[in-house]
Amino acid sequence: MKIMVAIKRVVDYAVKIRIKSDKTGVETANVKMSMNPFCEIALEVALRMKESGVASEVIAVSMGPSQCVDTLRTGLAMGADRAIHVDAPSTLYPLTVAKLLKALVQVEKPGLLILGKQAIDDDCNQTGQMVAGLLNWPQGTFASKVVVDKEKKAATVDREVDGGLETLCLDLPAVITTDLRLNQPRYATLPNIMKAKSKPIKKMSLAELNVDLRSDLEVVQVTAPPVRKAGVILSSVDELVDKLKNEAHVI
Amino acid sequence: MFKKIITFTSKSKPKTFESASLHTLKHSPQSSPSKPNSSTQKPLNIIIPPNPLNSFNRSFSSGYHSNSINYKGSSLIRNGFWNLGRRFSSEAARECIEYDVVIVGGGPAGLSAAIRLKQLCRDNDVDLSVCVVEKGAEVGAHILSGNVFEPRALNELIPNWKEEEAPISVGVSSDKFMLLTKKHAIPMPNPFDNKGNYVISLSQFVRWLGQKAEELGVEVYPGFAAKEVLFDENENVIGIATNDMGIGKDGSKKDNYQPGVELKGRVNLFAEGCRGSLSEKIIRKYDLRKKGQGQHQTYALGIKEVWEIDADKHKPGAVVHTLGWPLDHKTYGGSFLYHMQDRQVSIGLVCALNYHNPYFNPYEEFQNLKRHPAIRPLLENGTVLQYGARTLNEGGFQSIPYPVFPGGAIVGCSAGFLNVPKIKGTHTAMKSGMLAAESAFGVLHKGSNMKTYWESLKNSWIWEELHRARNYRPAFEYGLLPGMAISALEHYLLKGRAPYTLKHGKPDHEATHEASQCSPIEYPKPDGIVSFDVPTSLYRSNTNHDHDQPAHLRLRDPKVPEHVNLPKYAGPESRYCPARVYEYVSDDNGQMKLQINAQNCLHCKACDIKDPKQNIEWTVPEGGGGPKYSVM
Repeated sequence: MKIMVAIKRVVDYAVKIRIKSDKTGVETANVKMSMNPFCEIALEVALRMKESGVASEVIAVSMGPSQCVDTLRTGLAMGADRAIHVDAPSTLYPLTVAKLLKALVQVEKPGLLILGKQAIDDDCNQTGQMVAGLLNWPQGTFASKVVVDKEKKAATVDREVDGGLETLCLDLPAVITTDLRLNQPRYATLPNIMKAKSKPIKKMSLAELNVDLRSDLEVVQVTAPPVRKAGVILSSVDELVDKLKNEAHVI
Repeated sequence: MFKKIITFTSKSKPKTFESASLHTLKHSPQSSPSKPNSSTQKPLNIIIPPNPLNSFNRSFSSGYHSNSINYKGSSLIRNGFWNLGRRFSSEAARECIEYDVVIVGGGPAGLSAAIRLKQLCRDNDVDLSVCVVEKGAEVGAHILSGNVFEPRALNELIPNWKEEEAPISVGVSSDKFMLLTKKHAIPMPNPFDNKGNYVISLSQFVRWLGQKAEELGVEVYPGFAAKEVLFDENENVIGIATNDMGIGKDGSKKDNYQPGVELKGRVNLFAEGCRGSLSEKIIRKYDLRKKGQGQHQTYALGIKEVWEIDADKHKPGAVVHTLGWPLDHKTYGGSFLYHMQDRQVSIGLVCALNYHNPYFNPYEEFQNLKRHPAIRPLLENGTVLQYGARTLNEGGFQSIPYPVFPGGAIVGCSAGFLNVPKIKGTHTAMKSGMLAAESAFGVLHKGSNMKTYWESLKNSWIWEELHRARNYRPAFEYGLLPGMAISALEHYLLKGRAPYTLKHGKPDHEATHEASQCSPIEYPKPDGIVSFDVPTSLYRSNTNHDHDQPAHLRLRDPKVPEHVNLPKYAGPESRYCPARVYEYVSDDNGQMKLQINAQNCLHCKACDIKDPKQNIEWTVPEGGGGPKYSVM
């Protein structure tokens, strides 16, 4: 069974982000980029499945400009067998990504498509769900535990939901999106990084996958949240009521 | 089968110490010398191939490809061979990768050396495998500098750097020097000559240099910290070993534990920057300070911020240096203010670490600097982009150690080639890397000795430049005004031709007076506009370390902080550390104890230098941690 893992190249989690001065987005020039932490977790669960014999091959895919290849190399260094890079502009919205993933799935025909639950730059939490809808595949999102039964071609997924944990059984092929507590991703060791240089990265274009890039979304403006004002210490309940009524206009 | 054994060696001629390690294979285990920290060795009952290195070494054409294939070789024979390499290290089961040249540190010196090696290979139609390991998460992440760049070494290394789109575009447009008092800024005659120099971000430049190195075939591995130097039985350096990853705070192995990797080079260059942790060990081991120019190294701590300011206040290429306030007349140091491109301004304060008062706080002095009426208006409506700190060497000519040791050499600021009166060290660091590369090439291809590096250093413009600059810094031992007077004498009259060479004062850590003899300094509270508290600034350095790892700052004697540092010196580490790593907090019994917040560390090495009893040892944390500078 092949497993396809979708990876996104995002601003490193430890970097303090800034808004561009023209307010069109976040400054990404001269900023450290890394693999999305949830995508690392997704890749780790796929690699463990391969090591336990459940899967035969792990394919890492990423869409974006040419720098995505660096992130894919990291994925290959962690242990993926091969990678696919879809050459696309850097701003891709979840629906477009979902359509691209659907096209890739139809080419590669994996038994499982694993993604991170969300990307740390846009926090959309939409791609996994959308691609499952487009493919008409069952989905197990926010997975904190995944057990695959090869014989029955089913996956048991523990989901972290607001009320606690929900256990689902999904027939394969299925889409799983990973949450933080699923595993601790492995380090890419130096020998593996060297070996990854010779692993193949296939480049595909949008035209090959027959996906229309046109998006129904347009980002109009990105602004920083307003600076926090200092707190005010009040002396009586009357003053509090007065301020809530006349200044904050909440009562 | 044999092919697989020998693929891991490089294809060039074996050198004497390599054959030595093969010879010991043939001796019985009892006759080989035992090392105190060797792992328990089983008797060597492996099949000994008859001198495979000599017979098969020409079979492979390219350097690193053969290295990557060898992992598929038989693990049985591999383990047997590795027993030899492992005898002198305390870790078991580490993979070993061999290169012609291993370079520790991906900064200007290390990358210049790597690039020069590949250029020499290309010119001589040969190939060498070159590997650069860098502890930062990416090349440039741990690079911090002023920086007014003198392109002298770059012009020699990559003459067409402009066409290659090096991030060097802002030429110096104005050059001012001021003496600051608490309220005034007195213009002074400018001792600097920055014609032809550029205001750059060194972090950006090093990132570009890293790309150039990779284009030439250098293997650059960021995120890997060199933790240990590897020696053979004759005390020659044969390589380094990276950190084990995935060790928890208590020392246990976590789920994602990965042992470190041994990188063995026929020549090993150490380019770790100022006060490099492995370089210091090597200097001590081979007594390189005495064999060199003789004096100890002296240091300064530079704390820097990059601001984005209003467009109408921004003058690209403007260079300003100051002396005086906020530092007193006994503390050497000064500030810099450079206008880069994109409305960005670098501002920083450099304080010599031989200050006397243990209550001195370089970070707070920097905040004071920004409040000065000549500087405050420039920054007022701006935003801080990044913050960071790094020590730099000020010992100059008198402190250069003998940089060659059996197995390699030390390049760049790890040796110490910074020109103090010019306050530039990048060009000399790059040139030293290039000279070391030329010597290393001679060693690997012509059988010469690394000693040629020392000779070429002495015949290069580095030597001439540092010799001319040697008497400026030591003059300030006599105080600010005598220092300035002697500097003026040097600059206008003597120009380095004096028959004497002034000596440095006490080593920095011995210069601290006891707290009882000094008075505490009152620092004003941060105003959040131009001055900030340490946590806010630290956040802007993008520094982080995985918290679940052993603290990388080791105390040689854990009792010294509470018994010596606190009572005698009022805990100076809680003041000079620009990242608030060291804090004295009261424990349950009300006793003050030292708390080490290793996660905050900016890798500046100030603690390693300034601790009065030299009790704090800075060691490398897991690779990939530390600051993430991008425009510093």
